[in-house]
Amino acid sequence: MKTEELVSLLSTGTEAVDLSVPPRRWLLALAGGALIAFLLTAGLLKLNPALWHETSKPMFWVRESYCAVLGVLGFVSAVRLARPGFRLGLAPVGIAVAVIAMWVLAVMTLAAASPQNQARLILGHTAAACPFLIALIAAPLLAAFLAVMRSLAPTRLRWAGAASGFAAGSIGALVYTLHCPELEPPFLGIWYLIGILIPTAIGAWLGPRLLRW
Amino acid sequence: MQLIEERLRSLMLQSLSGDAAAYRIFLDELTTHLRSYLRRRLGGLPEEVEDLLQELLLAVHNKRHTYGPKQPLTPWVQAIARYKLVDLLRRRSRRDVLTDPLEEDDQVFATANDATEAQYDVAKLLRGLPDRQRLPILYVKIEGASVTDTAIRTGMSESAVKVGVHRGLKALAERIRSIQ
Repeated sequence: MKTEELVSLLSTGTEAVDLSVPPRRWLLALAGGALIAFLLTAGLLKLNPALWHETSKPMFWVRESYCAVLGVLGFVSAVRLARPGFRLGLAPVGIAVAVIAMWVLAVMTLAAASPQNQARLILGHTAAACPFLIALIAAPLLAAFLAVMRSLAPTRLRWAGAASGFAAGSIGALVYTLHCPELEPPFLGIWYLIGILIPTAIGAWLGPRLLRW
Repeated sequence: MQLIEERLRSLMLQSLSGDAAAYRIFLDELTTHLRSYLRRRLGGLPEEVEDLLQELLLAVHNKRHTYGPKQPLTPWVQAIARYKLVDLLRRRSRRDVLTDPLEEDDQVFATANDATEAQYDVAKLLRGLPDRQRLPILYVKIEGASVTDTAIRTGMSESAVKVGVHRGLKALAERIRSIQ
């Protein structure tokens, strides 16, 4: 077939394209993935019984904001990387600022604590399980984001996969806070971050394999 | 440069709102730009130009829902072209190790005419698609029949016809990719 014939084939009988489809798919993946993450947290892990009591502590809200900010910035990055020729903008800088802010808070907390308390601040009671549970809770979100990504047109596949994983990990971590009893900044700066980086690495690995078009 | 961007962008926006005539002009002008871009980039592989051009046109068509109306068009097209070009070169370098020993001889006899025929035949590939995709493409896109008429002729529902066209063109792009 000649190229002019292909042009004619493609243009004949074209209809209007609904440009609101991609944003709607993203929102549906976000809502659906978060709902399954919540059901996993509530069903498999149980909600933290002291949750209501903890909402009065400032550190509770610092933790929620930390996860939420990372989640929003990761999500924005994923949405941008799904479109050809879109710039990432300042989202990665914002992610770095949020992580560094948590680390500064962690160092200040550790500096103010007595040596015998420092290990407790870092390890909490759940350090060994926390990253893996966050990765588990994030799995449905990662699957949903990669499915949307596949229906769009990412051109940097590894980055697109990594951003999907980072967004899934951060939003997964936010849902996981409904179960997690830990509130200390060193814990959040280390184990939460590792929990978020596990789906990020999985996404970066899957990107070039799943997202080609 | 700025003029091309403005012209193509307004044609694209008209196309996205369903103007088939504007879409045709858009694709025609895009073809000219992409062909000269690919000729520059594929200097050593002139026989690949028309193939990749057709693959690119299909990609632009199949992915046109990812164009943001507020976004400039040039970077969108360029990112798609670069992605497909890199993809082709990667696939070729993998294949060249195994086959293609005598490619250089071809150059001597290559004619310098404006070949607009691709090496694979889209019409032939089309015949390999299942009926629920092939017939909608044949009637709507090649013969120019309306969706309603096609639905009556094929006994499919109108939405099945539209889905058939959409999925068929995606399947076509997949097949072209797997040939190269």
